[in-house]
Amino acid sequence: MAAPQFEVPKLTGNIEVPAVKEGAAAHIKSFPANAGIQEIIGFPGGSEPGELIDGWHDKAIAKMGDLLGRYRSLRVFMDACVHCGACTDKCHYFIGTGDPKNMPVARQELMRSVYRRHFTFAGKYFPSLVGAKDLTKELVEDWYKYYYQCSECRRCSVFCPYGIDTAEVTMAGREILDTIGYGQKYTNEIMGKLHKIGNNLGLPGPALQDTLEGLEEDILDATGVAVKLPLDVKGAEVLLITPSADFFAEPHVESLMGYGKVFHASGTSWTLSSKASEAGNFGMFIGSYENTRRAAMRIREAALELGVKRIVVGECGHAWRVAYSFWNTLIGVGAGGTDPFSIELQKQLDPRYPAPQHICEFTNDLIKQGKLKFDKSLNDHRVVTFHDSCNVARGSRMGDIPGGQFIIPREVIKAVVNNYYDMAEETIGESTFCCGGGGGILTDDLLEIRVKGALPRMEALNNVVQDHKVNFLALICAICKAQFNKVVPFYGFDMSMVGGVHQLVSTAILLEKEEE
Amino acid sequence: MSFLTVLYACVFYAATVIFVGGLVAKIRCYARTPAPLKIPTTPAPTTTGGVVLRMAREVALFESLFKSNKWIWLFGWLFHVSLLLVIVRHLRYFTEPVWFWVAMAQPFGTYAGFAMVAGLGGLWARRFLVDRVRYISTPSDHLILLLLIGIGTSGLGMRFVNHTDIVGVKNFFLGLMTFNLQPLPSDPALLVHLSLVALLMVIFPISKLLHAPGVFFSPTRNQTDDSRERRHLAPWAVKFDAASGSKSE
Ligand code: HEM
Ligand code: SF4
Ligand code: SF4
Repeated sequence: MAAPQFEVPKLTGNIEVPAVKEGAAAHIKSFPANAGIQEIIGFPGGSEPGELIDGWHDKAIAKMGDLLGRYRSLRVFMDACVHCGACTDKCHYFIGTGDPKNMPVARQELMRSVYRRHFTFAGKYFPSLVGAKDLTKELVEDWYKYYYQCSECRRCSVFCPYGIDTAEVTMAGREILDTIGYGQKYTNEIMGKLHKIGNNLGLPGPALQDTLEGLEEDILDATGVAVKLPLDVKGAEVLLITPSADFFAEPHVESLMGYGKVFHASGTSWTLSSKASEAGNFGMFIGSYENTRRAAMRIREAALELGVKRIVVGECGHAWRVAYSFWNTLIGVGAGGTDPFSIELQKQLDPRYPAPQHICEFTNDLIKQGKLKFDKSLNDHRVVTFHDSCNVARGSRMGDIPGGQFIIPREVIKAVVNNYYDMAEETIGESTFCCGGGGGILTDDLLEIRVKGALPRMEALNNVVQDHKVNFLALICAICKAQFNKVVPFYGFDMSMVGGVHQLVSTAILLEKEEE
Repeated sequence: MSFLTVLYACVFYAATVIFVGGLVAKIRCYARTPAPLKIPTTPAPTTTGGVVLRMAREVALFESLFKSNKWIWLFGWLFHVSLLLVIVRHLRYFTEPVWFWVAMAQPFGTYAGFAMVAGLGGLWARRFLVDRVRYISTPSDHLILLLLIGIGTSGLGMRFVNHTDIVGVKNFFLGLMTFNLQPLPSDPALLVHLSLVALLMVIFPISKLLHAPGVFFSPTRNQTDDSRERRHLAPWAVKFDAASGSKSE
């Protein structure tokens, strides 16, 4: 780990609300996208990265008007905030930096001030009274900086008396920025790869095939059992859609091997798809309905082509939100459709199972039915805690009852490990703190905000490390895994403590050796 | 008819038109704007009945605020409940005979006036004392609190310090409602009180007071969590299904 260019917060044992320090995060800014990147995903680009296009002001206001007419969330959230301050201490980026523009209400206010100026009576005629502002170049700069210091984690929306979700405002802000040529390199470049090649890494089909074969050999060497990781198998029962990081990144691959073993042990026929080799969907991060839909369409097409009966989603937080909450809307993966578009797919899917289904739901069902055998003691070197990923916790569900997303992953973990401890109540469940790297922030040019934003989670983790000797942070999100891998060393923890829930499953599961 | 009576009659007619017209326009706008995606803040109820309960808890108890910040909750809830009681109490100036439940609420209404001002005082203090809240406060945030405190104290003044001609006031308002003007008592405290109330009505549909209708339209609170069971599609998104847009490339 290179010496950081910034001060890493000290762990104190408590999550403390910092004093307001204006401008404390004003120097943190991610690299903007160039015109080439912008165009691939349907947005204009200026002559230089970050250069605004001609007529940007009017185009930005027109886009804001368009979004206000299309999204009730934005419309209501712009009007309803009373500046009560209840959300001000809820954002991990504020807790980590003290920069007041990272308070959720202040982040919204960057847009609300312009909304007031252009779309409300009070703001048109009495701007200074209500804090209305013209959209200047400086304000656009602030939008870019602070809308890319929000991980769209929705923690603020839990605590706002009107449920105002700053993530919705951030998404709208990013979409407006994209419309005037000011996109973010990291997110938009990945979006483009997903459109062109089918996954965020730009890993083409043959390379994927090779990787999977390599992993099959690894499993065979380690277990003596020929667990398959099938690709593009027509007529398989289950299509697994998983984040592409699962194919090669550590510790992600460990979970992929875990899924493979679960499918193997339960005798489920399954397949991956080279066309839809990505669960992640950064279209949501930039608020673009069109891009989110276009990316998700690959999954619909793969499901139709392969003729699968079920669609299961691997360990990825925002992907699960898109899958659980949006797929039925966007691409008809779900039930209850009455239109030809959705019926075409839904009549093919097996109605006995929810579509889509989370891999934890899938595994937990098998555990409940007694179809999987484990030796928990194989995980005895681990003392485990579980981090609720924000998009799973506050933007989706698992199982039949509200809050199932908190219960099911823990049930899976407890079925495969003996030593489990939760972190403090106010830092998990619906109040979970983001890893600090979600929502388009997982890039090295934002390392400082990633490290600082992880502070509340690191405090909570440190407390269970001190009290219970926890040495494994179990995750169900590809971004959480990559983020913690990078960030925990800054706080003095070992990278090896970061891993997936299905990594734990993989360790403990007992596979029957085929008789020779 | 005195100039004062005519002036206040005009002011209240105008204020009522702005208040009702503005609110109706806003509510129509909220209702007509589609919510294209399912975005309830989860865990969320999976049934409509559950959503009604969730909303009822938000509106009656400020459930999320309670989770969030006990001080704001205490002052805010005190203020709103008191305001509700005060409004109920005021209904007796607009009804003849007075409805029985309005009559029943009278004793509580008296003390609610003090509680309301106390709650507002607490909320206002936060705007000076807490650095985060100070940072986000705009002049209008202060002025709205000042306006409500002004309404409260001028009202309490008439009740406990310098009584006004209540029967005359009631006749004036009953007259307004039947378009049959009656003289308005010209007591300065009353005139201040009424002016401030008219001002509150006028700013209601153009200010953050829109939180009152807004909360009912907030998609994170009013949506059911049933996205896997039901397909949810905004009118503007239907075209994607039909068009060639059904291909990813
Ligand atoms: C459906 C009805 C309403 C609900 C659910 C509601 C809810 C809330 C909540 C949760 C807050 C934040 C906490 C606080 O600061 O008190 C708030 C603030 C406020 N409400 Fe309401 N409210 C409603 C109606 C009204 C009405 C009719 C008025 C005034 C005439 C009003 C005036 C205010 C003011 C001025 C504030 C800001 C207080 C401050 O500056 O801190 N509310 N409301
Ligand atoms: S969505 Fe999360 S990151 Fe964004 S402002 Fe709210 S709490 Fe902060
Ligand atoms: S909690 Fe909600 S209403 Fe209060 S300041 Fe934050 S966004 Fe505004």
